[in-house]
Amino acid sequence: MKEVFSVGGKELTSRLLIGSGKYSTNKLIPAILDASGSQVITMAMRRVDTEFTEENILNYIPSDCVLMPNTSGARNAQEAIRIARLARAAGCGDWVKIEVISDNRYLLPDNYETIRATEVLTAEGFQVFPYMSPDLMVAKELERVGAAAVMPLGAPIGSNRGLQTRELVRILIEEISLPVIVDAGIGRPSEAAEAMEMGAAAVLVNTAVATAKDPVAMARAFGLAVEAGRTAYLAGPGATQQVARASSPLTGFLREE
Amino acid sequence: MGFYQECKEYQKSDFNSFFNKLTDEDIRRIIYKSRLSPWDYLALLSPVAERHLEEMAQRAQQLTLQHFGRSILLFTPLYLANYCVNQCVYCGFGAKNLINRKKLTLDEVAAEAKAIAATGLKHILILTGESRVHSSVQYIRDCVEVLKEYFTSVSIEIYPLEEEEYADLIATGVDGLTMYQEVYDEAEYDKIHLAGPKKNYRFRLEAPERACRAGIRTVNIGALLGFYDWRSEAFLTGVHANYLQSQYPAVEVSISPPRMRPHVGGYMPREKITDKNLVQYILAYRLFMPRGGITLSTRESAELRDHLLPLGVTKMSAGSSTNVGGHAGGEPSTSQFDISDERDVPAMVKMLYNQGYQPVFKDWQMLG
Repeated sequence: MKEVFSVGGKELTSRLLIGSGKYSTNKLIPAILDASGSQVITMAMRRVDTEFTEENILNYIPSDCVLMPNTSGARNAQEAIRIARLARAAGCGDWVKIEVISDNRYLLPDNYETIRATEVLTAEGFQVFPYMSPDLMVAKELERVGAAAVMPLGAPIGSNRGLQTRELVRILIEEISLPVIVDAGIGRPSEAAEAMEMGAAAVLVNTAVATAKDPVAMARAFGLAVEAGRTAYLAGPGATQQVARASSPLTGFLREE
Repeated sequence: MGFYQECKEYQKSDFNSFFNKLTDEDIRRIIYKSRLSPWDYLALLSPVAERHLEEMAQRAQQLTLQHFGRSILLFTPLYLANYCVNQCVYCGFGAKNLINRKKLTLDEVAAEAKAIAATGLKHILILTGESRVHSSVQYIRDCVEVLKEYFTSVSIEIYPLEEEEYADLIATGVDGLTMYQEVYDEAEYDKIHLAGPKKNYRFRLEAPERACRAGIRTVNIGALLGFYDWRSEAFLTGVHANYLQSQYPAVEVSISPPRMRPHVGGYMPREKITDKNLVQYILAYRLFMPRGGITLSTRESAELRDHLLPLGVTKMSAGSSTNVGGHAGGEPSTSQFDISDERDVPAMVKMLYNQGYQPVFKDWQMLG
């Protein structure tokens, strides 16, 4: 039986979350979800066009998939809060990924505004998933104000540079009781597997899949990698050593006297 | 130091001497740098870099895909009025040109909005000539009130305003500004703007920054290519964009590289900007500003637009009309300039899908 991942009041069997941006067509989305096994898809509320059937991304998301609208485009807490409320009013459920970005060169999150938005929205009953720069004090504060998980970046959005923030993410995993979902920067399935081996609860991937030569095949590869990494984490990898441990040790002749 | 001073400092440099010292190896090294300086950008605009266009194109395509994916935002311009008090030698709306003058009533604005919205577009760019009498800030605000019922994003391309006026329009629902400096060379600017408030070079140059201070969400700038040496104009446009992005990191900054088109006035510029020049400009800018937007208008031919698409473009106009009231089929006025790509929205959508791109109709939710 598959292990269950409980987060935000839901139970999932896949620990891979998929982003919906940057595709050549929304029509690819069902195949991406199917190939990856992912049950959660993020989508930018700024791009949801409920009036235009052909281009409305919601029409391409299977009904059994969990929607995670995001507040992409928000520059401060106030805008993020308004976008989150719009999402709920549009029938997108009560999960929301908070993205507050006031730096368009690197798209780094504004942790301070993110905490403010999270506090307001959790009080309104949202399941809040804040995208953040990996900082322990910020993560603790997000935990205190009721976030459903924390989503530290592995590297800047879209960079495909992998787990550049490895040490900081590791500290969050060790010190925070909320699920840690590594979001942004993961460019290869091996990096997703590494995050999962470290003990991340899940990973979110978008650019790496959407800009691959074969997005569906890459989605499948990520699904397998996340499962492999999680299995390895549960299996408890052996300790690493600085020096070789000989199978015929030099002191093997010693016996208890 | 504000951009006016920065711009003046750059213009003191001898670009030709700089270009003459560049080697092929310099260009190759710059193409693969992760962060380019303004001087690296200038190097990519050099004659030497013309020999490396394919390598630049490969890198530009990779960066665009990484940051924007396979999607293109579509928008269309809506001309509200063509009354103008300026005498600009290159524009059909010039005060001395004998053309049909028109200003849309609010009912006509609604009719235009309805016709455009029926195509699915959600982003609109409203334009007026420069006449504070005929197209007052109050009139523009009234139009925005009508338009925001139909569109999720309303941008303006109007005469430069004071900071409070921008704040006023933003509070009404405007989220984007397009402001072409036309020509960055101040002496040349003076020569082609014969009379009217537009003669004030600095007030126009600093308009995008006033809008940024007022809280605008997106800014699109550009030089109208043809009046002056294109390498210098492209460079100053790029460093202007870089300046705005650095000073106002929350603003989404983009550029347009428009070339002069035929218009009623008949003036044609002295500089010929070839397709190759235009491509080099787009590629160099993409490498300099990997996350910067690039807007390509219907001034360019359909065939060229199709080829430019994968090189770094992020926004395209579609179903354009440069007539006041040109969308709902009312009595036509004189256009500002002739457009080249006359494809309607469905044709643009089809072309984008055929090229493996997703047309994006909505990329912002008005929060006002």
